[in-house]
Amino acid sequence: MMITGNIEVIPTDFSLFYNNVTQLIFMLDLIRQPWPWYASGFAISAIMVLLLYFGKSFGFSSNLRTICSMAGAGSKSDFFDFDWKGEIWNLLFLVGSILGGYIVSVWLNSPAPLQLSETTITDLHKLGISFDGGLNPDQLFGRQILSSPKTILLLLAGGVLVGFGSRYAGGCTSGHAISGLSNLQIPSLIAVVGFFIGGLAMTHLIFPVLFKL
Amino acid sequence: MKALKFIVTGVLFGIVMAKSEAVSWYRIQEMFRFQSFHMFGIIGTALLVGIVAVFMIKRYHIKDYSGNPITFHDKTGRWLRYLLGGIIFGLGWALTGACPGPMFVNLGFGYWSMLIVISGALAGTFLYGLVRRWLPH
Repeated sequence: MMITGNIEVIPTDFSLFYNNVTQLIFMLDLIRQPWPWYASGFAISAIMVLLLYFGKSFGFSSNLRTICSMAGAGSKSDFFDFDWKGEIWNLLFLVGSILGGYIVSVWLNSPAPLQLSETTITDLHKLGISFDGGLNPDQLFGRQILSSPKTILLLLAGGVLVGFGSRYAGGCTSGHAISGLSNLQIPSLIAVVGFFIGGLAMTHLIFPVLFKL
Repeated sequence: MKALKFIVTGVLFGIVMAKSEAVSWYRIQEMFRFQSFHMFGIIGTALLVGIVAVFMIKRYHIKDYSGNPITFHDKTGRWLRYLLGGIIFGLGWALTGACPGPMFVNLGFGYWSMLIVISGALAGTFLYGLVRRWLPH
């Protein structure tokens, strides 16, 4: 800053700086709010396009196969016997997604509780699952599940279904519901219909039995 | 630099998934109960924009950053594997509230129990590799 002898310069410059800081804080506040669905949807397709621009295709579950290959599963099944080095980009994407989750939890987390539908809260309550305002119920994902073999078994079984199903169907939500459907692939539509048949069956038929045990 | 761009894209993905609450078990339950538009809005918007983007890429032969034309691989095979695999995936999706991406985003968020789900998913993938020759495809 030049000293011009005009004392007015100092407050003007300072207020400009002050404005920028408040704008930055305003931006961060905006990001901290829960995002509306249209902004999120747009951002997801932007990520898909970005990966296409990098010469890759958006599909998260192939990472699970890659990790199996890296761990030496190729000796047990030729399904895992491929050159996984070509898939390292996707593992880097995976590492990034873990970092992204961490960044949100530390710097961008909204202090307000999740705005869950009242009817869902009531329905879950009937199943014995209380809504605590977080992203995931503590009852199913909290530290105390370490003393509940049943909950551990449920999470493990759920994971097995996701891993088995996504490979059998040749993709998960990102690969089929976003990448495949964007490319108007009929097999992806069938897979997504399957996702919903399975999800509805679990939610409406199996949950009442599972959580009443 | 090559590595960094994929990590940064992954970070963006993680932030979007967490801020959109698509990684929330509660939100997935809300979706499968048709009690809110939230998840349908996210997937619907992503899909509409995605369809337009893919159409434009094909129509104008847009190239990737290294100058190669962007190509799309058509999904092949009979419908049976997509339906059966899809149903199995859906059962697990509703139970854990997490698909493969959100599992890892949740882990970063601090839900350590997601390690159990991730172990299961790896075991499930391995199991598929072992038995796939006997499965209808």
